[in-house]
Amino acid sequence: MKLEVCSAVCGYGKRDVIKGISFSVSSKEIFCLLGPNGVGKTTLFKTVLGFLKLRGGSIKVDGEDISQWSRKKYAQVIGYVPQTHTPPFPFAVSDVVIMGRTAHLGSFSTPALTDRTIVRNVMEELGIMHLKDRIYTEISGGERQMVLIARALAQQPQFLVMDEPTSNLDFGNQMLVLRQIRKLSSRGIGVIMTSHFPDHAFLCSSKVALLRKEGFEIGRPDEIVTEENLQEVYGVSVKITSIPVPGGLVKACVPLI
Amino acid sequence: MGSMKKLESKIKTSRQRPLISVMAALALLPLAAFLVSLSFGRYGIPLPQLMQILFGKLCGLTPTWPDTLEKVLFNVRIPRILCAMMVGAALAGSGAAYQGVFKNPMVSPDILGASAGAGFGAAFAILNNYNVIGIELTAFLFGIAAVALTYFLGQAIGRNMNTVLILVLTGMVVQSLFSAFTSVIKYEADPNNKLPEITFWLMGGLTSSTQKQVWMMAFPFLAGLVILFLLRWKINILSFGDEEAKALGIDTLKIRVILIMASTLLTSASIAISGMIGWVGLIIPHLARLIVGPNYKVLLPASVLMGAAFLLLVDDVARTVLVTEIPLSILTAIIGAPFFIYLLLKGRSSWE
Repeated sequence: MKLEVCSAVCGYGKRDVIKGISFSVSSKEIFCLLGPNGVGKTTLFKTVLGFLKLRGGSIKVDGEDISQWSRKKYAQVIGYVPQTHTPPFPFAVSDVVIMGRTAHLGSFSTPALTDRTIVRNVMEELGIMHLKDRIYTEISGGERQMVLIARALAQQPQFLVMDEPTSNLDFGNQMLVLRQIRKLSSRGIGVIMTSHFPDHAFLCSSKVALLRKEGFEIGRPDEIVTEENLQEVYGVSVKITSIPVPGGLVKACVPLI
Repeated sequence: MGSMKKLESKIKTSRQRPLISVMAALALLPLAAFLVSLSFGRYGIPLPQLMQILFGKLCGLTPTWPDTLEKVLFNVRIPRILCAMMVGAALAGSGAAYQGVFKNPMVSPDILGASAGAGFGAAFAILNNYNVIGIELTAFLFGIAAVALTYFLGQAIGRNMNTVLILVLTGMVVQSLFSAFTSVIKYEADPNNKLPEITFWLMGGLTSSTQKQVWMMAFPFLAGLVILFLLRWKINILSFGDEEAKALGIDTLKIRVILIMASTLLTSASIAISGMIGWVGLIIPHLARLIVGPNYKVLLPASVLMGAAFLLLVDDVARTVLVTEIPLSILTAIIGAPFFIYLLLKGRSSWE
């Protein structure tokens, strides 16, 4: 499947934040949005998710315009992994994950046995079965991130939009989440994620959009995440090196501070 | 496959069996309270005689019991018991729903201003001699208006701040605004007949419950409750916030509006027959959450059952402890106010 954003204009209030951006994400691709705070990463993906109204251009899935889709249809195709926050009530982890089934339930139904089976499979796959009876508000940030990923997978979408999936996580959990993202894409899900770490683009993305105050640049990580671009966008001198690892070379950014 | 099935049933039993027995116990609670309440009262009816009347009535036997006893039971006591149960269930159910819809464990029909709005509407309708349906409709409309006002004020002021407490504060403002309107009504009312009627009704109580009031309450009660019951699972998702709920496939605006309408219908119908009875909609959902957890699939029915039993028992106390009746709202406030302080203390960490 293919998600296409064609010359989209995104913004909120009186301000157009991003004008005329076009890109596409296919199944198995990981599209990483980079850029400093305030350039419109959030605005862009909230528009893709339909939280903000598209102000121009179009968004299509396999050629079909999605602006008229119902929330339910939308949710069956595009899932969302938000940044973790604390809900007002102490839900059990399995109750949170099963909420991912909403888009597949009738208007007045509650989850049935098949939904619980799907939830269990997803949680087993992510290796978080041991959290099932824990209280969502009491587990760690990394665990919560995994629970939200599980919830989005229970939704069985074709595309997944992830808002800074590695923020607020320790180093180990960051890599755990990145590895999971790679696994999802290899299973055929198209991923759109935002990140503050250019390194993460090298580690797992197949396409990168670098957003700046004026305009944007889209391409393969090698083309976009360059010393010049990072210097220009973040105002930091960076050396990019290639490091041999088992199975090939991995690029990494070393900031010169 | 076999082991999968086994795991399945294990998960089912380990998580669900205790919940099912807890729910069964909660379902027996209002039933037990109902039977106990039948014999209680100024005019005590001993249990054997009570059984005799109920059984006799059921089988159409010729009365062997005093006529007054039958009149007390069927025209006074049973209507009052039914009203108490419906009002308690309605307030607790709507309170639980409001808390989820507004993502806010501190709100309730009274704190959101719904009660004060509905109270004003009903007082206005009584003053203008509206009929039963007129009273309920006016109460409902002003209840909705008050909730909407509280919500939009909270949104405008709260932007990026602590919306939990802001909603409580704007609710207080709306509450006192509508109480002021109600005072205007009282000021205007004829002191010889309307004023006592309105004042007495506002104090909150079920003293004047009749069969007519049972019917008056029954329709909005069932309508509101059925809607909440059908949508109860979705309240879980709304409590995670609008964007997440949308991304999970919920038409948040539509569902939220329907839930607020149903909750306000329950609140305003209760107020139309029993006046201002506070606190039930705040305390009961919290107690229910302690017992069955936060999942609305079970929390909503649990709140409704506990609310029915709670208000019935409090009303039993109200009508039997002193020589004269204690207004119900006084008793619920004595229980509720300290409970609210407890919630503030417990929740302190989340807004500091």
